[in-house]
Amino acid sequence: MSPRSSRIDGWLLGSVGALTLLGTVLVWSATAHTGNSADYLSRQLVNVGIGVVLLVSVAVIEHRWVRLLAPFAYLASVVGLVAVLLVGSTINGSRSWFVIAGLSVQPAEFAKLAVVVASALWIAERSAGRWRPLGWIDLAGLLVIAGVPGLLILLQPDLGTVLVLVATVFGVLAVAGVKRLWLIGLAAAGMLAAAAAVMLGVLRDYQIDRFLAFTDPGLDPRGAGYNTEQARIAIGNGGLFGQGLFDGSQTRSGFVPEQQTDFVFTVAGEELGLLGAGLIIVLLALLIWRALMIAIESDDPFGRIAAAGIACWFGFQAFQNIGMCLGIMPVTGVPLPFVSYGGSSLFACFLAVGLLLNIRLRHKTADSSLREVRSRVPAA
Amino acid sequence: MATDVAPERRTRLRLIVIQALVFSLFATLLGRLYYVQVMGGEEYQARAVSQSLREVVVQPERGLIVDAMGRPLVANRTAWVVSIDRAMLAKLEASDRDVLLKRVARAVDEPLRRIRAALVDCGVAEATPGRCWSGTPFQPVPVASDVRQPTALRILEQPEDYPAVVVDRSTVRSFPSPYGVSAAHLLGYLSPVTADELDVAQEEDDRSINGASVVGRAGIEKEYDEWLRGQPGYRQVAVDSMGRVLGDGAEVVSQPGSTLVTSIDARVQGLVEKQLAQTIRTARGTLDEVTGRNYAADSGAVVVMEAQTGRIVAMASQPTYDPDVWVGGINEKQLDYLYSEKAGTPLLSRATQGQFAPGSTWKPFMTAGALTHGYRTDTKLACSSGFQVGNRTFKNYESGAYGYIDFAKALEVSCNTFFYRVGYDYWRRLGSDVADVNAKDPLVAEAKRFGFGKETGVDLPGEASGRIADRRWKRAYFEAQQDYYCKEAAKPTPAGGETFAHLFAVEFCAEGYAYRAGDAVNFAIGQGDTVVTPLQLARAYGALANGGTLYEPRIGKAVVDPNGEVLTTIEPEVQARIKVSRKILRYIDGALQGVTRQGTMAWRMTGFPLDEVTVRSKTGSAEVYGKQSTSWVASYSKDYVVVMMVSQGGTGSGTSGPAIRKIWEGLYGVRGDQIARDQALIAGVVAPDRLPSFQPDGSILPPVDRRTEEDR
Repeated sequence: MSPRSSRIDGWLLGSVGALTLLGTVLVWSATAHTGNSADYLSRQLVNVGIGVVLLVSVAVIEHRWVRLLAPFAYLASVVGLVAVLLVGSTINGSRSWFVIAGLSVQPAEFAKLAVVVASALWIAERSAGRWRPLGWIDLAGLLVIAGVPGLLILLQPDLGTVLVLVATVFGVLAVAGVKRLWLIGLAAAGMLAAAAAVMLGVLRDYQIDRFLAFTDPGLDPRGAGYNTEQARIAIGNGGLFGQGLFDGSQTRSGFVPEQQTDFVFTVAGEELGLLGAGLIIVLLALLIWRALMIAIESDDPFGRIAAAGIACWFGFQAFQNIGMCLGIMPVTGVPLPFVSYGGSSLFACFLAVGLLLNIRLRHKTADSSLREVRSRVPAA
Repeated sequence: MATDVAPERRTRLRLIVIQALVFSLFATLLGRLYYVQVMGGEEYQARAVSQSLREVVVQPERGLIVDAMGRPLVANRTAWVVSIDRAMLAKLEASDRDVLLKRVARAVDEPLRRIRAALVDCGVAEATPGRCWSGTPFQPVPVASDVRQPTALRILEQPEDYPAVVVDRSTVRSFPSPYGVSAAHLLGYLSPVTADELDVAQEEDDRSINGASVVGRAGIEKEYDEWLRGQPGYRQVAVDSMGRVLGDGAEVVSQPGSTLVTSIDARVQGLVEKQLAQTIRTARGTLDEVTGRNYAADSGAVVVMEAQTGRIVAMASQPTYDPDVWVGGINEKQLDYLYSEKAGTPLLSRATQGQFAPGSTWKPFMTAGALTHGYRTDTKLACSSGFQVGNRTFKNYESGAYGYIDFAKALEVSCNTFFYRVGYDYWRRLGSDVADVNAKDPLVAEAKRFGFGKETGVDLPGEASGRIADRRWKRAYFEAQQDYYCKEAAKPTPAGGETFAHLFAVEFCAEGYAYRAGDAVNFAIGQGDTVVTPLQLARAYGALANGGTLYEPRIGKAVVDPNGEVLTTIEPEVQARIKVSRKILRYIDGALQGVTRQGTMAWRMTGFPLDEVTVRSKTGSAEVYGKQSTSWVASYSKDYVVVMMVSQGGTGSGTSGPAIRKIWEGLYGVRGDQIARDQALIAGVVAPDRLPSFQPDGSILPPVDRRTEEDR
């Protein structure tokens, strides 16, 4: 590998670019029937433009600045989550949005990245950059870091984002080196807590029905059950080659709700068919594979834990979103990374990719100095 | 070192496990995608074809109309609407369709043909105008509105018996009727939108109306329709092939219309309506000594206007009707009644659309014209019992002979022969050439200056312009009618001897264009072909009261959005400032005070505290050929103008006098010969210039009175 090509991850950027491009076209097509698709398109293009600037900024700043800023980013996102509960606007039953100067901002999207970065920093600081088994204080710290935003998001309530956060934190814990027995214990405790929540009636019946409607649309026929049916009809209607961009009959009639955001995958399914929708899955797999490779190649705890956390976040969120469209996961409003319409999600995803690039750059430049340290240790 | 390497290796291992996990999840997605699209493709494609979208229009709640104190004059109530989804109907077997429509007709108690007519698109040959559907094909067609709740619920509960039938709630107009007001002519009514209106709206990209909309057709409902209308919402629901709702799609929420604040005061309006109805009842029980029959009193009107601003405080017209007949669709019988001449055309607003000879209420304006053009306040003319013009004698109907008197006295006693002389004098000096349409006429010019012969510009649609029967009008009328009368005149004299009709035709054909002395003298006393609307007369008297400003009267005062924010305030426009000297106005004002104190109106105002409430007035009894006389009283104070008219009702003061007095008593809180200002119908006597205040909870409070505020 030439030094240049090794520093910039072409596969990663290529898959991000392809997904963003596809997403923009799909958003355009999904809104064509509303009569103001030009607005959606131009706003999404602006979002992408801002996202690219964020990506480049994070990728090129010095690594120690990333670590210095991480605590503030975390605090800011917690403040954002508190504020949204107090003054946010309610859309679709959840208090998840701010409207600032005409832009809607969703703090929970940024919270996922903030939790990943803060967790990585916590472990890196506790272990002074060396790999060592984790003590209970390390674990407790991680649980607090993830728990505070998690609870705040649960209060909105945004169950989908909480699920993504849980999966992400579990990945972070695993990669941080938490003992296997503790991991199993945590998983068991989590399931017990979920079961208790259902038994004790913390969740309302309709919330449970909505959650389970993907298995039986009759549980919530006018809501999630309807959505899941319509999503499947649209995707099924696409067949192998799809009906062609801007030509999906279900998409054009607007049968699928929220089609430019949470259900954008159904547009790909109907209009681009198995080939186009499959391509999106493959591109996402490629992106996550590169993120995991960056984690594996990074040998300092911060880089590895952060990269792995981002990979788990993207991976689970993509699975959750596409699985929902295909009727194998519950209907929860999480966007498809890089594809769905919406500023906050795009910004958070682009920031995360910028961080991946930053980690990779540091890893390569730090290589020689790290070897120096290693060679000195046995001599001492 | 060992502690360093082993955990590092463990995390690396775990990363590989995560990698395997992610790839297996994504492989699952690909497998599922293949299953849905390729294996299950046909089934889903079939379902995609079978479902369709139904557009449900959520009609906005129309804005309220409130009076100056914030009391609702027009509000809304919930009503059930039964509609039919034609796309779904078309999918039924023909026989099932007939059964269904009959069932619906029976359920909603409407004739089957009306249900069928409602389903036909406007523009096709068999469409029934006014009943056909002009909306989009996706929208269910309303076939019955304001359906009784049990009926609506029965249909809702038996969807299997009523496929393709949609039952929805909407709002329709209701009339809270504070203080018993009806104000039917003023408020106007709504009726369904027409195909042409929808076309225009579509061209202008106006989404405020749709096929099921109702729009204002008369009165302020029409004038302020765009403010009151609101913005409909749209909701899409997916339905299966049987019309069962599968789920909700996109939704646009409806926006309620804005509230119109008017300058009407419900208490004054209530009193005025009651007095007008009472006056007409009394007149109908009174013998007319001229004709030997009771007065027909076929119609009447009252206008109460703020003298200093031109705002309308009350306006009533008789015969009237219950505005509720329009709600939920009017039937043919009711509509025929509203237009029928036998019932006195109740739909016609006499105050703004009725045109009547003004009679002696005309004389103050003639006085202004005369005093501005050569006559002086000390001019004395003979008030004889008759006045000879050519071979015809014009009699002094209302008053006897008074000898030589001045203008003030002539107004007080309403002397016709006095004004005959004035009119004749101008005609002889300036226009004795009967064919000269350009001859000067100071009296005609003065009438025009006071706004007669053209619309007042009031914020009500369909206002009549009145008519000044001057030389030009006479010539134009002659030219329009000439052909007909000359043909009649050319026929031989009828076998049974000469008839009036034939004689008239012969005369008209020969010299119908001529503006004779008789025309001029008739004009001077408000008789003949000159007609005015009660509103025109009211604002002209307003100009006498306020020093010569001719307003475009206004009923609307402000438009307030549903959040209570004032969108626009409506100011009365000044149409003209009349060029007449203050001195002359003061002179006329004094003379009209005299009418109330010792003139033709005095016997109706005995005991009224005129020193505190100076009411100026002028009575009139206009002769109409072939009919009983029109009773007029026009009166004003410094605050208000009150004009009353009863067609075929008798003399001015005799018929309208008592009601005029009652209205003045109400306006100023007069009890007997005392004034109790706190008893006035409008608190503080003068109409409020502030708006009612709109509370966040939707309630409306009366305006804060600036004067009482200052007192504190």
